[in-house]
Amino acid sequence: MLAMPEPDRVVLDRRAEIVAALKEFVPGEGVIDTECERRAYECDALTAYRQTPMVVVLPEDTRQVVAVLRYCKENGIKVVPRGAGTSLSGGALPLEDGVLLGMGKFKRILDIDAPNRCAVVQPGVTNLAISHAVQGQGLYYAPDPSSQIACTIGGNVAENSGGVHCLKYGLTTNNVIGVEFVTIDGEVIRLGGKFLDAGGYDLLGVLVGSEGLLGVVTEVTVRVLPTPPGARALLIGFPSVQGAGDCVAAVIGAGIIPGGMEIMDRLAIEAAEAFVHAGYPLDAEALLIVELDGCGAEVDHLIAAVEKIASDHGATTVRASQTEEERLLFWAGRKAAFPAVGRISPDYLCMDGTIPRREIGAVLLRMKQLEEKYGLRVANVFHAGDGNLHPLILYDANKPGELDRAEKFGQDILRLCVEVGGVLTGEHGVGVEKRDLMDVMFDEVDLEQQQRLKCAFDETSLLNPGKVFPQLCRCAELGRMHVRGGKLPFPDLPRF
Amino acid sequence: MTLHRPSSAQEVAVIVAAAAAEKRTLEIFAGASKRGFGRPVRADAKLDLSKLAGIVNYEAPELVLTARPATPLAELEHVLREKGQMLAFAPPKWLSLLGIEGTPTLGGALACNLSGPRRVRAGAARDFILGFSAVNGRGEIFKAGGKVVKNVTGFDLSKLMVGSFGTLSILTEVTLKVMPRPESECTLLLQGLTDAKAIDVMARALNTPHEILSAAHLPEGAARRSCVGVGPVTALRLEGPAPSVASRAAEVEKVFGAAARLDAEASARFWDEVAEVRALLPEGVVWRLCPTPSFSARLVETIRQILPGAEAFYDWAGGLVWLSLPEAGSDAGAGFVRAALQDGHATLMVAPDSLRETVDVFQPVPRALAALEARVKQNLDPLGLFNPGRMRKGF
Repeated sequence: MLAMPEPDRVVLDRRAEIVAALKEFVPGEGVIDTECERRAYECDALTAYRQTPMVVVLPEDTRQVVAVLRYCKENGIKVVPRGAGTSLSGGALPLEDGVLLGMGKFKRILDIDAPNRCAVVQPGVTNLAISHAVQGQGLYYAPDPSSQIACTIGGNVAENSGGVHCLKYGLTTNNVIGVEFVTIDGEVIRLGGKFLDAGGYDLLGVLVGSEGLLGVVTEVTVRVLPTPPGARALLIGFPSVQGAGDCVAAVIGAGIIPGGMEIMDRLAIEAAEAFVHAGYPLDAEALLIVELDGCGAEVDHLIAAVEKIASDHGATTVRASQTEEERLLFWAGRKAAFPAVGRISPDYLCMDGTIPRREIGAVLLRMKQLEEKYGLRVANVFHAGDGNLHPLILYDANKPGELDRAEKFGQDILRLCVEVGGVLTGEHGVGVEKRDLMDVMFDEVDLEQQQRLKCAFDETSLLNPGKVFPQLCRCAELGRMHVRGGKLPFPDLPRF
Repeated sequence: MTLHRPSSAQEVAVIVAAAAAEKRTLEIFAGASKRGFGRPVRADAKLDLSKLAGIVNYEAPELVLTARPATPLAELEHVLREKGQMLAFAPPKWLSLLGIEGTPTLGGALACNLSGPRRVRAGAARDFILGFSAVNGRGEIFKAGGKVVKNVTGFDLSKLMVGSFGTLSILTEVTLKVMPRPESECTLLLQGLTDAKAIDVMARALNTPHEILSAAHLPEGAARRSCVGVGPVTALRLEGPAPSVASRAAEVEKVFGAAARLDAEASARFWDEVAEVRALLPEGVVWRLCPTPSFSARLVETIRQILPGAEAFYDWAGGLVWLSLPEAGSDAGAGFVRAALQDGHATLMVAPDSLRETVDVFQPVPRALAALEARVKQNLDPLGLFNPGRMRKGF
């Protein structure tokens, strides 16, 4: 079982007093302290890890967030921020001695400003609700994580969420231009706004993707874009995953950046087809879905170009959507791939590494070998355009030892991603899930430097401790100038 | 004054460790083409990174390029062009603007977060950095980010490096996301609009689905000094496959009326002029303003009421205003420019050293944010060795 920071007995003993104090700041039903109601918050979408929080607080405005954080800082109480709880990496896993700070009541859209191409929203607004709010002006919010119907923009900011369209339109970090956030000291700080390129250090760039370790976001200004006038999708079957991977490289090599480009392997194709009957070719080892968006002339031009590239790369099936219904049907199987896999296996673990695209064939081959080693199957669905893999490891939690095997299998897959030049996580975040693998990708000095940044925001490490970093260092120690063993670094190198 | 010229990250680390031991400050540069940008640096020694140059790895189909910081932008652009790719943020060089000789480098473009006219749609320099290696103020070599286009592993320190003017760490290697170069481009020129009308037209144009990539407005004075020759002129740029550009240009004309067209070559020349700020008055001090875009015309009008000789033009659909003030007074106009700005930030781009030393070159920030910035600086460069005073007094 995953080691979390040792609960603070002093804090646990003061629980009743802490709850009473929090009720002063957040009146009414905003403080949840019964065992039964707290349990609703015991996990996020990484359900393998559960912990009932000490108390749940649901503030309604920035003033309350300030009061709660200031109180927690003064009393040495840990705080775990939470949006909709859809994290796949355990980013919102509660702590036994911590306040779970749910931001769900911050659900107002504050300003839709079409002339300045932005919208100002509270963090509890769902990702999809932003697009709905601006669609009347012909605009939308581009990042589209699969959980967009439920996940909130505050959570997206914390996790730097991606989605199918991020190769062309960027991740959350490229689409957020301002935030208001509260530090653990209770300071309210605004970064950026409706203008471009916030001056000074790019702390906005650091805050996005910081997994709730640096501050609690209370307002977000997002960039909105005109909705593309049209889109068509291509369904392309290949006799090998390598062929599909080569085709992806050739499309990008030809200067085409599709709106979306996804690969599914045989097991994922079969599961999805059985579930939604999208007309996927069942004889293919790999299925590539390519979506081209833009004006009609551009889409038709690019569809023809991609069709040719696909045929040149040995595609066995090439079908272009002729109607909007058909385009949506092509996507239906991909979008339902996770639940479809859920139908063929009682449980699955969803992994999230990124690799250089050229390694796709080799990595999938190694995964096949790992399947044999662990005696578990893997279905692969991935964002091919940016090399972001989502291997789904199938297991049965009721069979003793299977979860453990599945987790070890997953860790091997992530190590493999790093080994071939990739990274541990493309869009789901480190959270608790990949925390103990951070040293596969970063050495001690790299991790210390990241933690020093944490110290600049939260020097007593009260915000979301136990996430992202395998070991928590004391800021006082990190702040010292290390002259290791009385020597400067690289004593053997010549001075000049 | 000591001049260090390291040729590896290890050598940089040794120099920094020695400087830390003796508390000697360092001025960091490579091509030295941006030394006039920011506050003047007074340091104990110079650290010239010019030998840390060259492309380390470039794989076009991966859209990823790794290079050392002193790689000249011209070389990088040439290598990318050969593979039909580019830096989507198209960093400007600003040699004539700053009146400096020197070689614009990748490291300089990132340290200053330089983005050209494509920025309004394509994103800024900070949007294209994927990872880096650097030496911190402790003389430690560290890395962050990755070498693939999609990565959320750990804090995004890469963005922090971009726009930090070399005050946090010394970059020794950077990895960027590169993009395909569009097959063709054209620019539509709408004539005779007032500033206010032009800002409105550009905002509406960017919100059409016709993928306007750049939008600039040159009032009469600036337009006259540009390659267009007459003005005022409002320019909308389209890029993409040829059939797409033709079809979208026709659609834009349906909405905003017939416009003169610049073909691909003329369009590229025009936007280069905009990026390099060639159309501005060649005298006085120059400010670079990033206001709320819809407010930009009113901002310029307010400033003109105070100083009728002020000249301006607009890029990024009003999100960027270049302003020249012929007689700005002892604070370079900082007082009334920043008062008029309301929200956003104003940077004093061109002014004598003496003015850039006394006036806040970058927008002052509220107390809590200033304290946080100081703690971030402290955690990366605890002794304040790197480019002292470049961004703010103190750091």
